[in-house]
Formats: sequence, structure tokens, C-alpha cells
Amino acid sequence: MNEPVLLSVEDVSVDLPTPRGNLRAVDHVDLTIGAGRTLGVVGESGCGKTMLSRAILQLLPKKAKLSGRVMFDGQDLVRLDPERLRKLRGRSLAVVFQDPMTSLNPVLTIGTQLIETLQEHLELDLAAAKMRSIELLAAVGIPAPEQRLLQYPHQLSGGMRQRVAIAIALSCEPKLLIADEPTTALDVTIQAQILDLLAREQRRRHMAMIIITHDLGVVAGRTDEVAVMYAGRIVERAPTHDLFKKMRMPYTEALLAAIPKIDAAPHTPLPAISGRPPDPTRPIPGCSFSPRCRYTTELCRREKPPLAEAESPAHRFACFHPIGAAAVVPA
Amino acid sequence: MATLELDIGEDVAVGPVRRTGRLGMLFWMAVGWLVLVFAVAALASLLPLPSPTDMDMLERRAPPSAAHWLGTDGLGRDELSRLIYGAQISLVVGVCAPIIGLVIGGTLGMLAGYFRGRFETLVVGSMDVLLAFPPLILVLAIIAFLGQSVLNLTVILGVLGIPAFMRVARATTLTLSRREFVIAAQALGATHARILLRELLPNVLLPLLAFFLLGVAVTIVVEGSLSFLGFGVPPPISSWGSMIGEGRESLEVAARLAFLPAVAMFLTVLAFNLVGDTLRALTDPRQGAL
Repeated sequence: MNEPVLLSVEDVSVDLPTPRGNLRAVDHVDLTIGAGRTLGVVGESGCGKTMLSRAILQLLPKKAKLSGRVMFDGQDLVRLDPERLRKLRGRSLAVVFQDPMTSLNPVLTIGTQLIETLQEHLELDLAAAKMRSIELLAAVGIPAPEQRLLQYPHQLSGGMRQRVAIAIALSCEPKLLIADEPTTALDVTIQAQILDLLAREQRRRHMAMIIITHDLGVVAGRTDEVAVMYAGRIVERAPTHDLFKKMRMPYTEALLAAIPKIDAAPHTPLPAISGRPPDPTRPIPGCSFSPRCRYTTELCRREKPPLAEAESPAHRFACFHPIGAAAVVPA
Repeated sequence: MATLELDIGEDVAVGPVRRTGRLGMLFWMAVGWLVLVFAVAALASLLPLPSPTDMDMLERRAPPSAAHWLGTDGLGRDELSRLIYGAQISLVVGVCAPIIGLVIGGTLGMLAGYFRGRFETLVVGSMDVLLAFPPLILVLAIIAFLGQSVLNLTVILGVLGIPAFMRVARATTLTLSRREFVIAAQALGATHARILLRELLPNVLLPLLAFFLLGVAVTIVVEGSLSFLGFGVPPPISSWGSMIGEGRESLEVAARLAFLPAVAMFLTVLAFNLVGDTLRALTDPRQGAL
């Protein structure tokens, strides 16, 4: 990583009070992303991916408690005053949500939503904002953008809506785009198109991007670095190439094994990860993956493995019994 | 800006298609009746009508004639003219009172639903207190205290409508605030005012307007009941309720004197309900689909 660090998440934890007790959604997470780089955050449902993205944006539910620091462009977002934070959002920090059915306002036209965002942040006049909206819609691959401006979200297909959401997110040339499961709600054939679109715009605008997903396949070819999350913690972090070549954490391996193979014989049972994710309101003392892991030993149940360095400083993992290690790493 | 090759090619998007859903004959008849009543009431002073308060003691309870199209009432006043001027009162009270409820209740409800917290507790609590009073008794007490006038009546009925509007606005805002587009707007750096006015208000307004029309119907009936009881607008001003009340005295001799204003009120309330219901049905399923 030779680019300057744009965002660094330092020791961030998020606690949510629930009727069943405190829920630690994000547990001491450290992340950095350089300007113009892409980071994939992978994990199963409920592992804290979305809460992490909300923590970065400071859009957590009101009752959530956040600790740690989120340094963005030299400012700590956690302690930034609301007015400056508001100006930063949209302008430098943008987000694309999972479901384009709900992330666009149903009663406003596409044009209104785009044009108002542009006017708000870039202080353009109406004609200029309209011109720019048309350019943006064309850039995200929407045919006949002039007519689309007059349409309502429900008149567009899911893929089109996601393109509109991306256009709105890109409208103010953000430095960092957070894509929170941008393709989960979409058709498989549309998924690749949207991901390619995001990757192309990311390169063209030289913005940093965080792709949050549960699908390792999504991050494989499109990110510089991958962080694997499990039960609120980052359990493995590595440059994408290294991770797929030489993963160390058993959870990453299990996640990869659970992807259906196209060349597998019909009716091959899908290797699922046995068991269920741990109840986040009842933290377990040892490694949170230990109840489901095939390499579990007494040590794993007793102590939490630290996020340690592997052979290169860029590759880190939290496991006592990493894959490919000859001997057990002493605690 | 770089242009892209679109794999869709020479595709011309069709402009937004207005949904010309079939609203049904009944709906248009209701709208027609409302337009007629509103037009006649608004233009009452321009129409060639005899004064609604001029008494002709020689022509008491006269049957319909060329001079008096619907005859005269117990004091020899022109029935048609009284009906039309009565419509003015019924409509002014019936429309203005719910507007008070809509504006104040809607604002409070949206703020309570959006900001939650202590403000919401305060608003909901005070509305519950207001709802705990038996409304008709409360109106009677206040009218007896402040005096009978169209303004007093409108304000009191309007205030009584606030809790209902507040609840509709708050419930809608509560569900909408959790929708992703509100978080998306926050993520784009929108202010609270912007989110409330541009993102939430257009969504909340549809159910509120449908509810408003039903509120108008209810208020017309309540105003009628109060006037019937003699607590509405002061005589000699006519209102449909007071006309029914006065007509009651000559029910055996000239039943039409009570019947005509009753029919006018019935049709108007029915029309408001029909229009309100149709609009509600139009807006409700669309909300779910989006």
C-alpha cells in the first residue's frame, strides 16, 4: 500500500442494547484503506458487516454505543460535530445500499432525487444540475437518461434502480464509496454488470471503495484487499490474491468451500458450515468460531486468538491452528 | 464525460405513463356532487336568490312555487336559499376544522415519529389526555363558555381533530423513517429539515389527505348535530343541522323542511366518504408495492 491512508478504522466496537442483553455487533475492528483502493468485507448474515459500514458513516441506530476512532482524511468522524459530518457525507463519503427498492424515495422522480443532491452539495443551478444528472445516468449505463429523469423508482427494474442509486452516490465525486451488499437483491446476470460498473467508476474516479458482501465470489476479482468478518471480529485480512492462494483461517476456507461449483456433478450436496453463528448477546470466552470449526482444540475454547501477522505484514489472521501450518502456533 | 456503449442500443424510453385506473362511476358522481355543492355555496351571493333571512309571515310553509323553488320554512324564509347558505356554514366548518387538525396534528405527528424520544412521549401523552374527554360534551361546554360563533365552532372542532391526524402522521412516519431511503438521504448529508420536508412529507401526505376527506365528513355531521341541538351557529344564520332542528317542529305538516337539509347533508357526507375511501384505496396498496 503506497497510497496515503484515506480511512482508518481503529479499534471500533459497536454495542446495541437489546431486550436480551447487550449485543456486541462489531468487536474491536481495525481496518485501513488507501485512497483509490478497494477493500472487500466478507462474512455471513448477522456478522456485523452492515453495522461496521454504519459505524464508518456514523449512521448507527440512536441507541447504539460506539467506541474507537474512525479517521477519515485526517478527521475523527466519531468526534466530528454534526454539521461538518453532514457536509462530509455525500460530498466525500457515499454509500450504495443493498435494496434499491427501498433506498430510493418512492414518491419522488429520479430526476428530483439526483438534481436535489447535486444542488445541495455542489451548489449548481437547476440547468447545470440537470445536465450533470443526465451525464451521470448515462455513465451508469441507463439508456435515454432524459426521459428517466421524469420517472418514478417503481417504473424502473431492480438493476436500473441500483444504477440510479449508484449515480446518486457518485454524483458528488466522493473519495470513498461504501457498497453495502450492492448486488444481493439483484438477479445474478445483473450482479456482474453492477459490480463491473462499480469497479469501472471506482478506477475512473480514483475513489476508494469498500464492498460489503457475503459472497467471496463478488470480491475475488474486484478488490485489492479482503477482510473476513465473523461474529463482529475480523478473523482474516489479506491482499485478495494472497487470501485466495493461501488462506489461513478455517472460517475463510469453510466460506469458500460453501460456494457452489459449476463443474460439480448434479445433486452434489453443498458443503455447508455446520452449526449456527454464535448468539452475539452471549459472548463465548474463546474463539467465536470454535464451536463450528473442525480444528478446534481446548486452547481455542479458552482463549481468543489475536489477529496476528502471517508471513507478510499485510496478511493477518486470528487462529491458533491456521491452515497450512505444520505445528500449532503457541498462544 | 466519457460515453458508454449501451448494449440496449437505440432504445427510446417511454415517458411516465399516467395510470388512468378506473375509479368507477360512483366516484365521479360523488366528485360531481361535491363540485356542485362547493360551487353553489361559494357563489351564493351572486346567485339570484331571495335573502335566507327575509321572513314572509303570509307564506309560511308554502309549497314549492315559481317564487320559492323549494317552498318556504316555518317563518316564511326561502328554503332553497337557506339550504345554499347553510351549505356555506357546513362546508366552512367542515373543511376548515379538519385543516386545523391536518396542519397541527400532521406536523406534531411527523416530528414525533421522526425524532422520537421525550418529544414523542410528550406529544402522544397530551393527545391521550385530549382524547380522554368525551368530545361532544367538551364542545358543548366550551361553546356555552365562549359563545356561539362559526369561528369558535371551527377552532374547537379543529382542535378535537388533532389527535387523530397526529396518530396517522406519526404511524406513517414511524414506518417510513426506518426505510432505507431515509438512511440513504442521511448518508448523502441531508439535514433533518430536508429529510422531513422532501423525503417524508410527500410520503405522509397521501394517507393524511385521504384521512382529511373522511375528517371533513365526520365534522359536517358533528357540526350538524351541534346545530340541531342549538349549540351550533347562532340564528338567524342557517346551517343544515339547525334547519333539520327547526324542521322537526313541522314534521307532520311539511316533512320536507327537515328532509331536504338531511338529504343534502347525507349526500355530501357520503360523497366525501366515497372520495376519501377511493383515494385511500389508491394510495394504500401502492405503498406496500414500493
